This record gives sequence, C-alpha cells and structure tokens, in this order.
Amino acid sequence: MSNHHDTSIGILGAGRVGTALARQALKAGYRVRIATSQPAADNALLVDIVTPGAVAVESSVAAASDLVVLAIPLHKYRTLNTHALAGRIVIDAMNYWAPVDGVFDDFESDPRTTSEVVEDFLPGARVVKSLNHIGYHELEEDDKAAGMPTRRALALAGDDAAAKAFVTNFIDRLGYDAVDAGPLAAGRAFQPATEIFTGSHTANQLRALIEKARPLADAA
Amino acid sequence: MENTLQIGAYSFGDTQLGPDDSPRSTAEAIKNLFDAIVHADRVGLDYFGVGEHHTVSMPASSPGALIAAAAAATTQITLGSAASIISTDDPVRVFQQFATADAISGGGRIEITAGRGSSVETFPLFGHDLNDYDELYAQKLDLLLTLNNSSTEHVTWSGRTRSPIGDLAVVPRPVTGSLPIWIATGGSAPSSARAGRLGLPLSYGIIGGQPHRFAPLANLYRQSAAQAGHTGENIKVSVATLGLVAPTKQEAIDRMYPGWVRLNVEMGRLRGWPAPERRDFLAQVDAPSAYFVGDPDEVAQRIVDLHGHLGHMRHFLQGDFGGLPQEHLLESLSLLATEVKPRVERLLAAK
Repeated sequence: MSNHHDTSIGILGAGRVGTALARQALKAGYRVRIATSQPAADNALLVDIVTPGAVAVESSVAAASDLVVLAIPLHKYRTLNTHALAGRIVIDAMNYWAPVDGVFDDFESDPRTTSEVVEDFLPGARVVKSLNHIGYHELEEDDKAAGMPTRRALALAGDDAAAKAFVTNFIDRLGYDAVDAGPLAAGRAFQPATEIFTGSHTANQLRALIEKARPLADAA
Repeated sequence: MENTLQIGAYSFGDTQLGPDDSPRSTAEAIKNLFDAIVHADRVGLDYFGVGEHHTVSMPASSPGALIAAAAAATTQITLGSAASIISTDDPVRVFQQFATADAISGGGRIEITAGRGSSVETFPLFGHDLNDYDELYAQKLDLLLTLNNSSTEHVTWSGRTRSPIGDLAVVPRPVTGSLPIWIATGGSAPSSARAGRLGLPLSYGIIGGQPHRFAPLANLYRQSAAQAGHTGENIKVSVATLGLVAPTKQEAIDRMYPGWVRLNVEMGRLRGWPAPERRDFLAQVDAPSAYFVGDPDEVAQRIVDLHGHLGHMRHFLQGDFGGLPQEHLLESLSLLATEVKPRVERLLAAK
C-alpha cells in the first residue's frame, strides 16, 4: 500500500455504521464504494448526500475492493456474496446483539465467536474482526493524530497476518491505534458486553484488557 | 422548510417508585400519563405522543386505547402514537383504533406514527418470528397506508404475510378522510430515503450523539421525496429528543438525572452496558448534545438552533423515565407550553 489514495474501500451496508465508516475513510483519503442489497442506482442519492465523495456501486463491485467492510445487520450475513468475497481482506464490523436484533440460532447454538461463524460462511475470505467495538457516533468524533498519548485504540483479531497488517494501517489512518488481539477466536475479548466493547481505551489499556481476557478466550 | 414549530412531549409511561425504589403499580403509571396529556392540553402544548413500550418501567403498551381516552378529555392538542410498533400489530386494528379516537376527538387531531421499535420484546409477546422482521414491516405499512388512503369504507388488499382483504368494510373512516401517518426512525440513511420515496412525514427519534448531525439525513429525506414526485405539506420532519424543562437548568438536571441512572442501569442489565456515571449524563446536557434539559431560555434556543439544521416542524421531549415524580413532569409540560413555545416563536420570527 504505497499510496492509500489509490486504495479502495468497499463498504457493504449503508446504515449508521456503514455511512459513518465511509465518511471517516473518505476523510482519511481513501476511495470509498458503498453497496447494499439494493441496486446501486437506488443508493446514488443517499451516497451523494450522506457520504459525499463515495460512490454507490453494486455489491460485487464493492466486494472487489482492496479492503471490504461488512456493516450489515449480522443476522443477514447469509445474504453476503461468498464468491465475490473469496480471497478478499474483509473486516467484520458486525455484532450479535440479541436484545436489539433478536435471538438467532446461528449464534446461540454455536460456541464460536460470531466472526468465526461468518468466516466459515465465506470460504477464502481473509476475515479480520475489528471496528465493532466503537460506536458509530464515536468513530467520527474520537479520532486523533498518531502519537497523541490519549489516542483511542481499536482491537483487531484474525488468522491472516498480511490481512491484519493491512487493517492495522487502515485503522491508523482512520485516527486510531490498532492493537492485535491475536487469532480470530481472540475476538471474543471485544464482543458485546465485554469491558473492551463498552469502554474507550488507549493502546496500553487495551493491551492489558486483552491479556486479562486471554485465559477466557483460550478456554472457549 | 417550515417557519413554525410545534412544541410537544412524548412518553412511554413511567412507573413511579416506592420508598425502597421498587416499582409502584403500572396502572398508576397509565393514569398519570392520561392526567399528563390532559394537563398538556389545558396549558396549550401542541402535541403529545404515546408509547409503545411493554415493560414494567415503561408500560404504555396500548397507544390507541390511551389516545382514545385522551381524545375525549382534551380539546386542542394533537395526539399520536410514538410509535405504533406495526411489525407486530394488526394494521387493521391500529387503523380502526385511531380512526375511533379521531371520531371521538371531533376530527383532525389524531395521528399514527409507524415504527419498528428499538427493541424486540413485541415479537415473542405477539408470537411473531424475528426472521420476518423486514418483510413484516414493509407489508404491514403497505396495508396501513392502503386502509388510510381508501376513498370508501370498503377496502381490497393482498400481500404475502396474511390472507387478502376482498372488498371488506374497515370502519370508522377518519373525520377528514384520512389520518396523518408518520414514519419513525432512529436515523438510518436507508430509512430516511424510504420515507421520502413513500411521501410520508418523517419523525426522528434522537436519543444520543449530536442532533444537528441529522441534517444530511433530513436533506436525503426531502430530496428522495422530491425525486419520487412527492411535494406539499406531507413532506415534513419532526424530532423527538430526551429532555426536561425546569425553572433553572440546575433543577432540570437534578430532576432528570435519577431517572436517567435507573433507565441506564435497567438497559445496561439487558444489553451488557457498564454502570452509568454522572459524567456520562453531564456530557450530554449542553449544546450541541442530545439532552434538551434546562430552563426555558436554553431549551427554546436549542430547539431553534436545531431547527436551523433540520427545518423540523415539531419538536417533542420525553423527560419521564426511571420514576420521574409526576409533579416534575407536569411542571415541565407547563413550562414547555407557556415559556418555551412563545420563546421559540419569537426566536423564529427574528430569524
């Protein structure tokens, strides 16, 4: 990634998370494409007004980006285009939040983290769990320049080292320190209702919380 | 954009607390809410929205029944649901209940706001499957609009989630032909665009963050409406926020804070949030944050400032949650009507 202005970010989902991410990625200088389950033409006005600078595309085009972010309601993950996402670096920013979205067997009956379930559904995709534990308001408000002592940190977890390096750079450009929590299964440490999920932390604080959660993740 | 601003309130019901903080009766909460609506009408508030929630702390489960009762006991105030969770209700019944309230009111001051709800408690309660969420909402809204737009008592409709209606009478008809039907949203871009395409008025519930950031969404709504050929007085925006008015800002903060703590403790238990802290509350009580809590001068100024961003035609507040003493709610309603509303009018006129 020599010049991130040539790097394309494909965002699947135009809800609150998807549009906030799109604006923040645009601010960082990325080329941003947005797709939903609707045809691109139906999203053109939305993208022009709410995320000016981004482009409304079909989901197959968004999936062909250098980095793809999943920002749809998690319970719709089976609508993702598995073929188009094969081989892609994919950030899973989705959460299972039964009190709001309802109870779904796919996640209730599976002991794994939701990102592992999603990765299973997307053969060949290089899934990194991240951007799921910051509120969509906060994403556009809490960013700080690199090196500032109070800079907020975001965790990531994944099994593909090169994909994680790419995502680390992306998170840094969005205005946050990236902290590697380990393999994808370690994302358990920052799922909903964890201390990481409900708080705001610097890199050092985040590393300590991930360490504290490690026995839990290993036991699962 | 509108140049006038209606001022109102909304409530999900607020169960009072006993000396040991245990909940008093939910029936008392409903009676309190009824009394508050009658009071709001007497002091001159423009609008009151009701429910729908189904919890012990917020028991306003049946907006149609409460609004029908309030319609009989009030003379000028506009009454609406805030919102009716139509995904899990029968649109025929919702329409009939509100058309009945409309008849009792004399006509023209009863509205329906259709929403999806911010939690999913109505799905198990009414025996629906959450996997049908989007389909149910779209189909039920379509039926509700068909009933409302019908030019006669006899309605024909068919869809995918229930048996067809073949030329059946759905009565009573609203006094003025139809009821205003609003769409409620927490502010996602796709739902703003959808409401615009449908040509329906849109009500934003803004309970956190910075409300002026909804400006692009309101713009998207209006442009989506224009693109679909919808113009005229049905294309309008209202805004619901948390807030409470008291003689001084300090009193308003001190009155709203205990209920806010209880609400967040209850929500936190359900959703895995940490215990709320006073600084989290205080971070949201000043412009441009989300809570419209203060004296009449400040709340009026903030409503008018937000109007500069959103161009909304109605702003309504919820301050009764977590066991707010009834007298504090009534005083807030009085101040909204007699102090905030005239200030808002003066400030808008001076623009």
